[in-house]
Amino acid sequence: MSRIDQALTEFREMDELADLDSPVHRFPASVKLLLTVLYIMTVLSFDKYNLSGLFLMILFPLFFFQLSGIPVSKCFYKLRYVLPLVMAVGILNPLFDRTPLLQLGSLTVSGGWISMLTLMMKGVFSLMASFLLVASSGISAICAALRRMHVPSVIVTLLLLTYRYITLMGEEVSVMTNAYHLRAPEQKGIEYSAWGSFLGQLLLRSMDRADDIYQAMLLRGYDGRFHYVEEKRAGWKQWLTGLLIAALIVLCRYYNVTELLGRLFVR
Amino acid sequence: MHMADALLSPAVAATMYAASGSVAAYSINKLKKDDEQSKLPVMAVAAAMVFAGQMINYTIPGTGSSGHLCGGMLLSALLGPYAGFLSMIVVLAIQCLFFADGGLMALGANVWNMAFYGCFVGYFLIWRPIMGSRLFGPENDHNAQRLRIILASILGCVITLQLGAFSVVVETTLSGITELPFSAFAGLMLPIHLAIGLVEGLITAAVLTFVFEARSELLQCVDPATAGESKLSLKQTVTVLAIITCLVGGGLSLYASSNPDGLEWALFGNADAGYAENMGLDEEEFGISSSAAETAAGIQETTSFLPDYAFPDSDSAVGTTVSGLVGSAIVAGVAILTCMAGGFFRKKKTA
Repeated sequence: MSRIDQALTEFREMDELADLDSPVHRFPASVKLLLTVLYIMTVLSFDKYNLSGLFLMILFPLFFFQLSGIPVSKCFYKLRYVLPLVMAVGILNPLFDRTPLLQLGSLTVSGGWISMLTLMMKGVFSLMASFLLVASSGISAICAALRRMHVPSVIVTLLLLTYRYITLMGEEVSVMTNAYHLRAPEQKGIEYSAWGSFLGQLLLRSMDRADDIYQAMLLRGYDGRFHYVEEKRAGWKQWLTGLLIAALIVLCRYYNVTELLGRLFVR
Repeated sequence: MHMADALLSPAVAATMYAASGSVAAYSINKLKKDDEQSKLPVMAVAAAMVFAGQMINYTIPGTGSSGHLCGGMLLSALLGPYAGFLSMIVVLAIQCLFFADGGLMALGANVWNMAFYGCFVGYFLIWRPIMGSRLFGPENDHNAQRLRIILASILGCVITLQLGAFSVVVETTLSGITELPFSAFAGLMLPIHLAIGLVEGLITAAVLTFVFEARSELLQCVDPATAGESKLSLKQTVTVLAIITCLVGGGLSLYASSNPDGLEWALFGNADAGYAENMGLDEEEFGISSSAAETAAGIQETTSFLPDYAFPDSDSAVGTTVSGLVGSAIVAGVAILTCMAGGFFRKKKTA
């Protein structure tokens, strides 16, 4: 499957996940968005040696993944984009930072290994959180939430329109690449002789299409503003739940619960 | 170059959000003032096209790898800096939200590294001055305009990518994430992105010259009256490309490896660990798949693109410049071969 087909499949998958029904899905997107931001910021603020404290944070996304019925495995597939650069940056930490931090029997663990681990964990946890937000809300709910937070309507409308057109453009690119490869089965990519014309053709057609779209929008009474289906406003119950979760997140940041739990058993 | 959340501390992430946010607010105001909101569908379609266009793999002649086009330069050349910047934000936001390509909190930094440099620096400091100049001939001369488009695309992609890569290094270092010394990190990121920038520049130039031939009125700062006339001579193109590559290779290699020790260390000390391949060169961009054999091939490809980057026993800046020039010569050679093959600068059929 070509990259563009892969991308289209992923879009469809995300839309399907957003169509599920669960307490997490029903929760207002604006509260979810705020909680996700708080969670990621909290995870990022952990000290690079605070492995045990950070580890506890995995419980939040895991719990909500379970509650939402979205398989965690779906999100690990997305790690392929994030991990290479994070790995590249972190993988040298053990070489540079050799301060012994931990003694496990005869094995000494240096600070570099710990900081590398926390870096990876930060990467994975923040990905899980943002994935859950998108997979449990869908694009329209997120756009409505962004509007409610006074993100300029130009950006939100653009986001919504682009999201819709990506599927269209993507299908067109997919057909074009397929046609190209059927005519040139030995080639891996697009050859330099077609570099300009391949995408250029698409670009010209897209520009014409954009014009048609605009005319159609005007005919339907577009006046520079976009009207959203009003998202269900968050009631006091939802805000309270949100506040409780937020308090829990902050609590886990200031108290090393993992260690406290450990101390219950080890003296 | 998409940064993950883990690479940033909350303070740096918030600062970058504020910086990108203010540029976005400025752009929105500018669009409103110019009453260009009717551009919205065009912006959306162009953004969607860049997104889809970046999924196309372009084979790079002479190597087994592939590159893709540079969205920032393309969008600002088509839509202008303000609309281009907003479209880039949306592309990056969708990549982040739906593909986890770049983190949610790192979006501010990513917008700055890719959209701001690509659209604002790329447009105001490169595209507009070059397109408005009398470089290569009179202002509305067809061939001169073509050459200016090629020069602006290549220079724009290389410079904006270098700025972006440098910002990644600065942001990561400021966040206290990596133990890697600043100079070694920069010495690794910049040369790799120099190679990527050249390839992206050539692809972007190819697309923009095609648009220029077919529908020049779509491009910013281009005089449409004279478009679609004569054909560019091969000799001229080769000369220009040679000058560009010499400029870029010679000038930037001085800057890129200002700390040869760190670079040598980074390249040789860790090539075994696959470090040179991993650093910033994500698999998707360069089309290297992750199986062990291909990883080895990938290291070979990336390191041989700019082999060693300095003559043996020459740590001086001059020695590096010489190798930069030799590298440029190789790139120019590839470019000439490209031209000889006839496809690249052949007059395209109009759409």
